[in-house]
Amino acid sequence: MSNLAIRCEGLSKQYRIGGYTDHYKVLRDAISDAAAATFRRLKNVARNGNGSRHDYIWALDDVSFEIKAGEVVGIIGRNGSGKTTLLKILSRITKPTRGHAEIHGRVGSLLEVGTGFHPELSGRENIFLNGAILGMRKSEIERKFDEIVAFAEVEKFIDTPVKRYSSGMYVRLAFGVAAHMETEVLLVDEVLAVGDAQFQKKCFEKMREIGSHGRTILFVSHNMSAVRSICKEALILERGRVVAQGEIDRTVDQYLSRVNSSQSLDRAIETNTFSVTSVEVSSVSGAVVKTFDPVQVRVQFVPKAEVQDPGLYVSFLTMDSRRLTGLDLKDFVTSAPLPAGQPAELGFTIESLPLMPGTYQVEIHLKDMAKHLIEFVPQTFPFEVAETEVYGGRKLDGWFGSVGLKAQPLENIPRKR
Amino acid sequence: MNTDQSVSNPVFPPVSSVARIEPPTSWPSIGVRELWEYRELLYFLTWRDIKVRYKQTVLGAAWAVIQPLFMMLVFSLFFGKLAGVPSDGIPYPVFTFCGLLPWQLFAHSLTQASNSLVGSQNLITKVYFPRLVVPISAVLAGVVDFAIAFVLLLVMMFYYGIVPGWQMVALPGLVLLAVLAALGVGLWLSALNVQYRDVRYTISFLVQFWLFATPVAYPSSIVPEKWRVLYGLNPMVGVVDGFRWALLGKPESPGLPLLISVIVVFLLLAGGLYYFRRLEQQFADIV
Repeated sequence: MSNLAIRCEGLSKQYRIGGYTDHYKVLRDAISDAAAATFRRLKNVARNGNGSRHDYIWALDDVSFEIKAGEVVGIIGRNGSGKTTLLKILSRITKPTRGHAEIHGRVGSLLEVGTGFHPELSGRENIFLNGAILGMRKSEIERKFDEIVAFAEVEKFIDTPVKRYSSGMYVRLAFGVAAHMETEVLLVDEVLAVGDAQFQKKCFEKMREIGSHGRTILFVSHNMSAVRSICKEALILERGRVVAQGEIDRTVDQYLSRVNSSQSLDRAIETNTFSVTSVEVSSVSGAVVKTFDPVQVRVQFVPKAEVQDPGLYVSFLTMDSRRLTGLDLKDFVTSAPLPAGQPAELGFTIESLPLMPGTYQVEIHLKDMAKHLIEFVPQTFPFEVAETEVYGGRKLDGWFGSVGLKAQPLENIPRKR
Repeated sequence: MNTDQSVSNPVFPPVSSVARIEPPTSWPSIGVRELWEYRELLYFLTWRDIKVRYKQTVLGAAWAVIQPLFMMLVFSLFFGKLAGVPSDGIPYPVFTFCGLLPWQLFAHSLTQASNSLVGSQNLITKVYFPRLVVPISAVLAGVVDFAIAFVLLLVMMFYYGIVPGWQMVALPGLVLLAVLAALGVGLWLSALNVQYRDVRYTISFLVQFWLFATPVAYPSSIVPEKWRVLYGLNPMVGVVDGFRWALLGKPESPGLPLLISVIVVFLLLAGGLYYFRRLEQQFADIV
C-alpha cells in the first residue's frame, strides 16, 4: 500500500475580491465596468499610474504535497487559510489557476452534509438521489440501503418526506448516505460540526472505521481532538501555503503554538477608518488559556481619522462561526476621543472565561458612535482553550460542547471517602 | 463495531482511473464518455424534477394539459373565431393545439434549462459532476409534460375524425428536434445566466416574442414568400409545420424549412456546447 493516492504540484488558486461584492454580475455592471475601465485607462495614462481596481488574492499559493494510498491526513489551518479551496480543487468543483494534481482512484467528496436533498421527497427517494449526486451507482446504493437506514435510525420514517424530519434525523440520513460511499479517496470538510454530540460521536466512529479500511482520507476540521484521533498525519495550511506536513501529534502541537503566537499580526488589517495591528486573547494567570481563567482581550489599532466616540464590539464564535456571546464597550464606559494616527488600545478583562476546551475565534467591530460608524474587521482571530481537567476529574476535550458551567455537585450527595 | 464488518469492508478493484486536475483550457472537449458515466445522475435529476413538480398541487399532472388546453381555447376564440385567421383547411382548434404542443415543449424546456444552473447552485458549489447533466435533465423533464398533453391531441384528432397517415413516423424525429433546439438555446442562456442574472428576466420576454415568430396561432403560409427563408431560421417553424404535416395531413411537406431548422439547431447546439463547457470551468467560482 505504498503507491501514491494524491499528488499536487504547484497548485494555486486566485480569486478576485472587491470590485463587486455580489458573486454574480449584472450586465449593466459589465458595461459600466468596461466604460469605467476605458476612462480609468485614459486617466492613468495621464497620471502614469497603474490602474488595477480589483484586488486579487491567492487562496492557494504554490501548494505541493503527496499522499500515499491508505493514509488518513488531516488538513488544519485557520479560517481562510485555503483548506476548503484545496478540497474544492481536489474534488474538481473548481479549477486551479496554476499547477496540477493527480488523484488515483475514485474520489468521493463530502463538503456539506445533505447536498441535493429535496425536502418534498421521502427519505428513501433522497437516499437514491443524494447517492447519485455523490457519484454512487444505483446498484451500489441498493446494496447499501439497509445499512444507511440503520445508521441513520430512520426506519419508521423512510417513506415520509424529509421536510417532516427533525433536523437530527435529516443530518443523520444525509451523513449516512455519504459515509457509505465506496470510493478509494474521500475528501471530507468539517462535516462533524453538525448535529448533536451523540451523533457527532457516531459520525466520528464511522470516519475512524472508514479510515481503518485502507482508504485514503483528507479530513478538514477545526476540532483538534477529532483530527488527532482520526488522522495519522496532518498538513498545516497558512495563507494558502503548506507550512508543515508530518506525524499527527507533532503537527497539531506545532499548529496550536502557531495559532497562539501569531495573534499579533505581521501585517495590519485595514478597514476604512482603522488600521488594526494586533488582536490578542490571553490568560492573565498563565501561558495558555484555560477554562474559567481570567482572560484579556486586547485590540490594538491606529485610527486614520479622529475617533470622537470610540466603540468596540467583540464577538466570540465557534470555529464553524456559531455566535456564542459578545461584549460591547458602550455598555461599560464612554471612552475619550482618539486622535488620528496615534496607536490606541481597547479591550476587556473577562473575570472567568466560560468556554470549554477547544478552538474558538473572536470577531471585532470597531466603531465611532458619533459618526454612526461601525466597521467590521474582515478577519477573525482564533484562540485555543487548552484541554484540561476542567472540573478536576478527567481531561475534557472539544466533545463537551462550548459553554463551560461553573458547577458543584449538590452538597448532600453522600460521598465515598 | 459489529460482526458483519467483513461484509461492509469494501474490496477495491485495482486502481485504474487517474483524475488529472489542471487549469482551465480554452478548448474543452464535450466529455461524452464522462456524461455517459453519469447517466444515472441524469436519470435521477430528471426523475426528481418530474416528481417534485406537481407535489402539493391539487390538480397534479393535469396542469400539463390545462395550460395548452386554455391557450388553445383562447387562440380558437380570438384568432380562429373573431379574427378569422386561416388554418390551412384544418379545424382551427386542432390546428392550433397541434402547434401548441411542440411549442410548449420547446418553451418550457428552454425556460427550465436556462434557470437550471442557477437553481442548482448549491449542488454546483459542493459536488463535482459533469455540469451538462443539469440543463439536459431540465429539458428531459419537459418531455413528460409533452407526452401527457399529447394524449389530449389524440382525443381531439379522434373527435374531428382526423387519421394520420404514414407521415406519422417522422414525429419522434420532430420531437427530438424541438428538444435539441431547446437544449441548444438553453445551454447558451443557462451559462450566461450564471454570469449575468439579466438573463433570468430576458427569458419570459424572449419566449413570448418567439411565440409570435412561430406559426402556432397562424399557418406559416400567410408569411410572404420572400420572407420564408428568414422566417425559417427560427427552428420552431420547421418543427411546428412538421407536426401538422405528420399528424394532420397538411399537404405540402416542410422539406426546406425543416432542413434549415436542422442546420440552425445543429449550429446552436454546437456553439452552446462549446460555450457551456468553456464557462463551466468557472461556474463554481461565479455562480
